Amino acid sequence: MAKKLNEVDVVLVGMGWTGSIMARELSKAGLNVVALERGPNRIPGEDFTLPNIRDELRFSVRQELMQDPAQETVTFRHATDKSALPMRRFGSFLPGDGVGGMGTHWNAQTYRFLPSDHTLRTDLTKRYGKKKIPDDMLIADWGVTYDELEVHYDRFEKLCGLSGKAGNLRGEIQKGGNPFEGWRSAEYPNKPLKPSMAGVMFEKAATELGYSPFPAPAGNMSASYVNPEGVRLGACQYCGHCERFGCEANAKSSPNTTLLPVLVKEPKVEIRDRCYASRLVYDKAGKKVTAVVYVDLRTGEEYEQPAGMVFLSAWVFGNTQMLLHSGIGQPYDPKTGKGVVGRNYCHQIQSAVGVFFEDKELNPFMAAGSLGMVIDDFNGENFDHKDVDFLGGGYIALNSTNGRPILNRPVPPGTPRWGSEWKEATAKWYRRAASMNCQGSNYASRGNYLDLDPTYKDILGRPLVRMTYNFTDNDRKMSAFLTEKGAGIAKAMGATHISANPRKGDFDVVPYQSSHNTGGTPMGTDPKTSVVNRYLQHWDAHNLFVLGASVFPQNAGYNPTGAVGALTYWVADAVVNKYLKNPNHLIKA
Amino acid sequence: MTEALPRRRFLIGAAAGTAAVTTVGAFAAPDIALAAPEAAAPEAKPETTPTGQVATAPDYVPEPMRILTATEAAFITAAADAIIPADDLSPSGSECGVVTYIDGQLAGAYGAGARMYRAGPFSTPQQGAGEQSPLSPLEFIRAGISAANTWVKGKYGKELDGLEPAQVAEALKAMDGGKAEFAAIGSKPFFNALLQLVMEGYFSDPMYGGNRNMASWRMIGYPGLPATYADKIETYRGKRYEVEPQSIADFS
Repeated sequence: MAKKLNEVDVVLVGMGWTGSIMARELSKAGLNVVALERGPNRIPGEDFTLPNIRDELRFSVRQELMQDPAQETVTFRHATDKSALPMRRFGSFLPGDGVGGMGTHWNAQTYRFLPSDHTLRTDLTKRYGKKKIPDDMLIADWGVTYDELEVHYDRFEKLCGLSGKAGNLRGEIQKGGNPFEGWRSAEYPNKPLKPSMAGVMFEKAATELGYSPFPAPAGNMSASYVNPEGVRLGACQYCGHCERFGCEANAKSSPNTTLLPVLVKEPKVEIRDRCYASRLVYDKAGKKVTAVVYVDLRTGEEYEQPAGMVFLSAWVFGNTQMLLHSGIGQPYDPKTGKGVVGRNYCHQIQSAVGVFFEDKELNPFMAAGSLGMVIDDFNGENFDHKDVDFLGGGYIALNSTNGRPILNRPVPPGTPRWGSEWKEATAKWYRRAASMNCQGSNYASRGNYLDLDPTYKDILGRPLVRMTYNFTDNDRKMSAFLTEKGAGIAKAMGATHISANPRKGDFDVVPYQSSHNTGGTPMGTDPKTSVVNRYLQHWDAHNLFVLGASVFPQNAGYNPTGAVGALTYWVADAVVNKYLKNPNHLIKA
Repeated sequence: MTEALPRRRFLIGAAAGTAAVTTVGAFAAPDIALAAPEAAAPEAKPETTPTGQVATAPDYVPEPMRILTATEAAFITAAADAIIPADDLSPSGSECGVVTYIDGQLAGAYGAGARMYRAGPFSTPQQGAGEQSPLSPLEFIRAGISAANTWVKGKYGKELDGLEPAQVAEALKAMDGGKAEFAAIGSKPFFNALLQLVMEGYFSDPMYGGNRNMASWRMIGYPGLPATYADKIETYRGKRYEVEPQSIADFS
């Protein structure tokens, strides 16, 4: 029997980016906040220090900062006519764990979505007519527009201290920035990073081809920066240990480096680490949640924490399963198309173009997680789809993220993977290779969804999330198109060898693709096709809000965190300025 | 006789490896403090190379194994030396400490199945869904070596470590291609797991027992630590940045 605790104003389930932002905004508004985080606390000055933070085996290969699959994983199948098997190790994506969440160990590539990504169905219908959108493509408008979110994108970028170059300042196109981006109210808070050799070569080639290259928006500090919370971030050392690592220089935007130094001093915020939320207590008649049940993993004891408001601020799978375990909202059924929880699950259709240069020294280890040059010419609605047989697109970037040798030592196609010939090729090409990343969108499809697995359980005895997912024809065609454009840039760069690998065939959970999983609790304007309204408030529980990329109705051709941060500030604003004055449904269903 | 043979082969292989590394020892810088104190093998006297530099004592001697049997260690030695053959780019896999590395990994939390979802039921892998073995990595490698040696013996009359280098490479190639028929587990998944461990041992920080003298980092030109390049990324743009590599031990 769960031990019942005293009620608090707010409980947050998960303490990554969204939990940290919400804890800050709601405690500032005078509310008492309890954050439940199932992973450990993480303190940069103790946990992320030289020399051990440069241990590729420990952090990158053994994935120390990631969720432990023994605690909870997901099961996977390609389609409903197959039985699902558990991901016994994480591969294609890497869920985070601990205070700071995935924000601790990301690369910090922080984009805004295009204005049209927020109103996708309306825009595509207007531009191409209804018939262009396949029947089984479940794309939707967000219910909130880019113009409404701009101030919140800006706020998140200032919290992070992003390094970059604006391409559109209040409608004026700026040289050197992304001319396709939505308008910005302000320049980036930090100047762009110093480009790598490969980045300079990409920029030159892309310019020659008539594209508009710009520096990747980076949560790596080009110079030391004090954010609006008064927290100082250090200058990036270009060490090439961002993704899967914490930053010893406090030079990477993360909850740990931007907000937690303030939150740990805030008496209204209590972070309970190693506390694993198992379900919400739901008052269906009253259309609200009343408490969060959790297990303290240090003792195994179960608690019921009553709360005035609850925010799901876990990752995509965590948010979705919490609703399914708690019986809140109708689970999605792909056969009938009815129900909403688990709907619109998407990933990122990433592909790579490897480039090798016989006569160039690239020093791949001089790198940073967001150090890159990008073109956005083939993203979303930046180009006309009238004459192509797919929808969507993505950016193409040459990112110099790392030269860590266990996992990153490319050799030209056709090279054996061991033996003398492999050694010779590795010795020759390690310093002369780079990789382009085609960050393809993933538009929701009727057959791709999340529900609960009938067989496999987590350590609390709850069913695991079951992921039913595969690439669609649209995805494959989009990836072929985008990857070919990338290969064109590789040719213009004068590469000796080019290895272009569009996504083909079926999805595979083993090779890493990206941790840009989205959907499962989509936002929208219609409770029949969405879980939360434009304020990310649950249609069936007015004091329950769902944060993070699980609310995306589809994934755009960008890394998701910029949009996640903007949406979180948007929700905080709505809660503080609207909901607290009249705690009820902000939108009539 | 069959009991004693693997151990003897393991030791003979080690001695041969020591001789091999002596001839290419010139790249081993004497000021690196990584060589283990027990590294002075009898035949490893420093000698002068044609360039006049003093070659350091090769620091490879087979170390006591924590969990691998002599047969298993001999198999992994033979495999590691085919996957990473000694040449003028680096010593062989075993000389670089790969067997010590793999033994250490399999003896620890990784080998015991940490950070894996291990609950049943179990079923055969499906395309795209990842490995589904009920075994821990230690058990999986053990079962794989046993199966591999059975197959190798059937085909060549000897276990892997008894074969000539060209035959070892041929046998591993058959496993890599999934063409070696093992009784229970697939030869390709086994080879994939083995290859991954060998590469980890070759390229990881030397504190785990492999990558001795940072041989692989020297080979590719990876500088290791501390990796602070804010003042170098522009000055070395397009120019090779070549320094004596440093590892975690150099900063501890």
